[in-house]
Amino acid sequence: MKNILPILTVVAVLIVIWYGAAFKMNSTWTYDQAARAGTEVTFSDLLSDTMQQTRPLLPAPHQIASELWKTTVEKKITSKRSMVYQGMITLKTTLLGFVFGIVIGVALATVIVLSRVGRLTLMPWAIISQTIPIVALAPIIVVLSNAVGTGTLMVPKAIIAAYLSFYPVLVSMVKGLTSPDQMQLDLLRTYGARQSDVFWKLRLPSSMPYFFASLKVAVAASFVGAVVAELSTSAISGLGARMLIGSQFGEPMIMWAALFAAAILAGLLIFLVGSFEKGARHLMGGRAL
Amino acid sequence: MNRSDTRAEQVLWPLGFGVLVLVLWEVGVRLFGVSPAILPPPSAIFAAILRSGPTLWEDWVQTVVKGALNGLWMGTLAALILAVIIDRFVFLKRGLLPVANFFAALPIVGLAPIMVMWFGFDWHSKAAVVAVMVFFPMLVNMLGGLAAVDMMQRDLMRTYAASHTQTLLKLRGPAALPFLFNGLKIATSLALIGAIVAEYFGSPIRGMGFRISTEMGRLATDMVWAEIVVSAVTGTALYGIVSAIEKRVTFWHPSQRG
Repeated sequence: MKNILPILTVVAVLIVIWYGAAFKMNSTWTYDQAARAGTEVTFSDLLSDTMQQTRPLLPAPHQIASELWKTTVEKKITSKRSMVYQGMITLKTTLLGFVFGIVIGVALATVIVLSRVGRLTLMPWAIISQTIPIVALAPIIVVLSNAVGTGTLMVPKAIIAAYLSFYPVLVSMVKGLTSPDQMQLDLLRTYGARQSDVFWKLRLPSSMPYFFASLKVAVAASFVGAVVAELSTSAISGLGARMLIGSQFGEPMIMWAALFAAAILAGLLIFLVGSFEKGARHLMGGRAL
Repeated sequence: MNRSDTRAEQVLWPLGFGVLVLVLWEVGVRLFGVSPAILPPPSAIFAAILRSGPTLWEDWVQTVVKGALNGLWMGTLAALILAVIIDRFVFLKRGLLPVANFFAALPIVGLAPIMVMWFGFDWHSKAAVVAVMVFFPMLVNMLGGLAAVDMMQRDLMRTYAASHTQTLLKLRGPAALPFLFNGLKIATSLALIGAIVAEYFGSPIRGMGFRISTEMGRLATDMVWAEIVVSAVTGTALYGIVSAIEKRVTFWHPSQRG
């Protein structure tokens, strides 16, 4: 926590810069309006107008805060305009994708570690998969899952989230499952342990710290995936969809509020998974990587 | 099990797997009579690529060269410069690193509609989205890289009476290179995602994201797949280029010697 003062300073400076930029960028509109009305703009007019336009180029931080307040606390959470309601949908997608990602990542890592052919075959494709822009695949994933009959957009969105989140889990698990050194493996051989025993009693337990460390990265990736999925599958609900709607109807405040709601939600998720990781590590005897 | 892999095995196994998937796909689609609007067979996708070469080229130039690559160098350069400046001030570094780390985990791609509003429909807005997306991971990696020198090496430079600039150029800069390439590998795939997503929010009548959304609208799935193939090849090639440069430049690093 010794970093708290520097962090606060940096955040404060960023907010000041933001206000400056909002003043500068929104003033064009104010001057434009004044020129049309044939009036002169005093500095105080300019200052008050740039801070409270309804469709600003760059809303001031307090405007976003009040918009967020309006759309979270003051709206009923069943309302489609409530960011809490939209956030829950994105959250559900994220968690579903996160779970898929963990399962796929751990399964692939197991195959890669246990079989030489599996490693040779799958590892290059796992790397290639991450260099393919998932957004290009998004519409196809929607069509295919519709054809298979999943009905809602939830499954394709979760697949997209899982596509981004399985990779960190895979990489960490491969590292973790291969982390026991030759000495430990030899010891188990002298016990006459079978391959399956080696896996369950040595490899898997020693991979756990790596697994938990990867979760934080994976959940962030899954969240980014969920938002990207909502942006690129023309979804109608979720935070990403709110950004789309804000853009299509020329309502910048909705876009900014959705963006900040997404940032807050991502922060919460990362914090929660991080605390879980700390707790798990503590339970396992405080082993750090 | 302990036999090391030969070069042939490293190439043939993944290649064989890829071919197998393509063959199964082709056979499966024909056998079950899947509608080409849902899943076209690989042969149809290949035909679409051959047929619409000029269109694909035009989209590629618009999205990759103008959008993604421009954003990539802008974001990277900005991150490099800022990292070198921040690195001089401990206070700034302690404050900015956690903030940058947090930003790097956010769905910054959500800025796409806002950038389109600010910079218009053409590639400028795409480059802006890409630059912001790339900026934070690059910054975090560079700050990590600049700190990657141990005390002994720093002390050695001090005994040489090296100035801050000299230490930066001769010791810490080179030591940060592996981190720079790590960041670049993340950044190249982010750049493509950013450039394509931003086109969903408005684009002139060319570009890969634009083509994907319009061709999907009229169920010309083979054309969508053709764009996917192009984007996949581009993504892999960019990654490959970065790795190749990394191998040439950081040959001294333990991770490259193995």
